[in-house]
Amino acid sequence: MVYRRYAFIAVVVSVLVLVVVLVGASQVPPLTIVASMAATTLAVATPLTLGALSGVFCERSGVVNLGIEGMMLAAAFSGWFGSIYASAVLGIPPLPSLLLGVVIAVATGALLGLLLAALAVTYSVDQILAGTVINLLAVGLTGFFNRQLFFGPASAFGGQVPHAPGVLPRLHVPLLADLPVVGPVFEQQPIAVAAVVLVGLTHLVLFRTRWGLRARAVGEHPRAAATVGIDVVRVRYVNVVIGGAIAGLGGAYFTLESVPSFEPMMTNGRGFISLAAMIFGDWTPFGSWAAALVFGAAQAFQINLQLFRDQIPPSWSFLQQSSVVGLVPYLLTLLILTGVIGKTTPPAADGQPYEPEGRR
Amino acid sequence: MRDKLNRLFAPLLLPALSVFTAMVLGGVLIALAGGNPLEAYAGMLEGAFGSPRAVSETLVWATPYILAGLSVSLAFRGGLFNIGAEGQLAFGALSAAWAGHWLPRLVGGGLPAALHVPLTLLLGALAGGLWAAVPGWIKARAGGHEVISTIMLNYVALNVVSFLLNGPMKDPTAANVLSRTPLIDESARVPALVDGFRLHWGFPLALLAAALVGWVLQRTAFGFEIRTAGQSPDAARYAGVRVGRTVIVTMALSGGLAGVAGAIEVSALHHRHELGFSQGYGFDAIAIALLGKAHPGGTVLAALLFSAMRSGATRMQYLTQVPIDVISVIQALILLFVAADTLVRRIYRVRARGERLVLTRGWGG
Repeated sequence: MVYRRYAFIAVVVSVLVLVVVLVGASQVPPLTIVASMAATTLAVATPLTLGALSGVFCERSGVVNLGIEGMMLAAAFSGWFGSIYASAVLGIPPLPSLLLGVVIAVATGALLGLLLAALAVTYSVDQILAGTVINLLAVGLTGFFNRQLFFGPASAFGGQVPHAPGVLPRLHVPLLADLPVVGPVFEQQPIAVAAVVLVGLTHLVLFRTRWGLRARAVGEHPRAAATVGIDVVRVRYVNVVIGGAIAGLGGAYFTLESVPSFEPMMTNGRGFISLAAMIFGDWTPFGSWAAALVFGAAQAFQINLQLFRDQIPPSWSFLQQSSVVGLVPYLLTLLILTGVIGKTTPPAADGQPYEPEGRR
Repeated sequence: MRDKLNRLFAPLLLPALSVFTAMVLGGVLIALAGGNPLEAYAGMLEGAFGSPRAVSETLVWATPYILAGLSVSLAFRGGLFNIGAEGQLAFGALSAAWAGHWLPRLVGGGLPAALHVPLTLLLGALAGGLWAAVPGWIKARAGGHEVISTIMLNYVALNVVSFLLNGPMKDPTAANVLSRTPLIDESARVPALVDGFRLHWGFPLALLAAALVGWVLQRTAFGFEIRTAGQSPDAARYAGVRVGRTVIVTMALSGGLAGVAGAIEVSALHHRHELGFSQGYGFDAIAIALLGKAHPGGTVLAALLFSAMRSGATRMQYLTQVPIDVISVIQALILLFVAADTLVRRIYRVRARGERLVLTRGWGG
């Protein structure tokens, strides 16, 4: 089953790259196109990777996190607002302002993680419902504050929207970034780099530490875990808050790394797609990352194809329609859900509220 | 007598307390933003019910809310979380726009209104139903959770609709620069209920739909199958219910209701499908269904409350400069308190009673 999934990933990515190479071959050497696709894929997969890692953290301990979308959206807004306030009102230089924005975004995610934990763990609210509450709350609050803080009578900037301090600068991975042709792949912005590092880190924490073992035990059989003295409630709280913080970092990508602006509902379903990536990746960090890269490739496909828009042959003209090419990630998600490419198994206690024995 | 009254009003207590708490918190938010909460709410009330026109507008809002709310409620009763009402509604509207304009041209000649109107609405229901059957099929076949598949299908619907409204189905009038279909024929339009007002026959139709959903759920064998499959799939399977089939049909019916909501908006109100006409009806429908405890009557009441808020919000913003978006926050808070009923019980010291509505159970269910 695992081979089938990785074969699927390889086939989809190759097809996407091949189409762009074929369309653009007359203008740009194929290797350059491949490198450009790879660089874009890594960059745009960032929120998906982080969202999926957030899901892995929460669900491995038995809490379904359907609120990733909302956590990202809220963090994208608060981080963006924080960075603008720091640079425009407090007069802090751009880079520290942006970093402050990242910290605020992560804190926002963690705070919403705390809300999810309170609802799901303490109040035994249906977890899918709890996530939906967080999503709707995020849409409402970001919409309200976006208008209020920037345009309302109580605007933080006296009714005039100041310039955002830009986006986080690219980092050069030493040596690798200097290579010819493939160099751009290793010139990424900090959150993209952090996402890759966090994939490895999450793997280590979950599978190589005592905490990870406890968390997984809680996710599989909370009652048994409680019997050997593990504090189920505490483990779940900590994991969900960490998961929220990671989703917050993913939200920071949208407004501090990708574009220096905020739009209502700008996360556009990325939080939900990252859940599909997590499911496809069998609730493992590396599997989720691989799946996130497929979705990233689908998006990179759309972006790179735009560059060669005029080169598209007339019989393939449907590829010019952004609404057609934009369908690819969503259709991929649906295909994965049909189980054609193999089914995966969630942690046994995923989604079930924990009720200690004798409390009922 | 007192017992009877108790039984009638007891189910309303927690939802009412939830709404009240959310309004109080919303008031705090308004005050923080520099507004006067009481004035804002008074403005909202005036905007919703202050004149015959206001009432008419509120009920115009309520029509898609009731139908989309019923769509989500019906799915909930079958143990399914349909977040896809928005996409199903869009396809219903698209199909109605097609039936209203292209169908008569296809059959060569005008249709009588007595045939054209029902056909337009039915095709809307069919489109929404088929679109919703897909996640039902994915769930029945592979257990792929409907929450993710319906959300994905929302985005697919959005892209497909935007493609069609900018291409094959775009209004060909030379002056048109908008993404919209041509006007539908007069014979495909649902008429106004009262002359001079926008309120139309779609509203009584929505109430009828609520009665129908209640009847199917409570009085028919199929309704029993839906409810059993929702409460406990294993027990249903043991009792001989074909759970997979029930899941697909429940989703199709749920999508059909959302499709009718979209078709009525086209047929009775806008007379064409214009991109972005739905102001998130499908998403508000989730909160409406939950506030109504997935009960048809409760859903109608919740839809009326939400439509009063939405329709009154414009007046509130005009009078007090409190942005309309505060409504979204209040509605999300209502959902929060309805979901975390233990929290509300603790605040107001209300004792627990009755059964809990089982909605979903993890990815596997």
